[in-house]
Amino acid sequence: MTYILRYLPAPMLSLILLVTWLLMVRSTAFGQVLLGVVLAIGIPLLTRQFWLPFPRVKHPIKLLRFFLCVLGDIVVANLHVSLLILSPKREPHPGFVEYPLQVKDRLAITLLANTITMTPGTVSTNIRIDQTSLLIHVLDMEDEQQLIEEIHQRYERPLKEIFEC
Amino acid sequence: MTLNLIAEAAVSLLLILGGLFAFVGSLGMLQFKDFFMRLHSPTKGTTLGIGCVLIASMIYFSVTQREPHIQELLITLFLFITAPVTGHMLAKTGLHMHLRFITGTRGSLPELMDEDVGQSRFARPARPKPPGGLKTRREQLLKSRGR
Repeated sequence: MTYILRYLPAPMLSLILLVTWLLMVRSTAFGQVLLGVVLAIGIPLLTRQFWLPFPRVKHPIKLLRFFLCVLGDIVVANLHVSLLILSPKREPHPGFVEYPLQVKDRLAITLLANTITMTPGTVSTNIRIDQTSLLIHVLDMEDEQQLIEEIHQRYERPLKEIFEC
Repeated sequence: MTLNLIAEAAVSLLLILGGLFAFVGSLGMLQFKDFFMRLHSPTKGTTLGIGCVLIASMIYFSVTQREPHIQELLITLFLFITAPVTGHMLAKTGLHMHLRFITGTRGSLPELMDEDVGQSRFARPARPKPPGGLKTRREQLLKSRGR
């Protein structure tokens, strides 16, 4: 087992790389699968030094639900921003919000920041060097506290549960 | 035959919708008043546009070549990973350069330490004075601290 782990430091990453390769070449011929396996083993080995240890995903089903929820929110976000652009009469009220982070894990923070950027009217602009807070630019802000609460309920809590950190 | 017709209709609809969303996203660049607001349109306004075009492509090739095409999902994946990261880097650069933003900007403006935005190694070139409605971030900060 340790022998396998030595050459496959991140099995999930390897699997994703293999699937990605096969999708890209659009074939499952033996040669392509072989090449894919070589890449799937080689790339994690070569880039191992750059990775931090991956946190374990404790609840895969919750992760899936989180992704679906974010996907739905992306559509809503697009419609919302489009409406704002198309109605020049209605002036948006932009603002900066400092969001206190509760998740500690780096991957979770990255996921949260990316989610915030992809969803309704918010872009994460800066993260404190000590990883305690995230500066968010909001396109159309009504209430600061409400926004923080919403992000916490909708995105941070599921992430916290998924990675249990 | 009917399947083809339905697929054709769906593809056309998705392509038109995608084009519309991409256009509106680009229009946002013109419409919004400052850098940070303009950042919102490429990170979001266009994602749905590209999504629609990709779904249309998936349907079209799946129907015409009679085998499932899902490699477009890869484009979506790359887009979803790279768009927020690009947005974040741009925004960070904006903060770092103390870009102007419109005066109506609300919310708490936390004081950013040098290590948070990254220290500037080179002296910044002198900028022309901002026009009336705009203030630099530094001026706002100084004013809020009553100096």
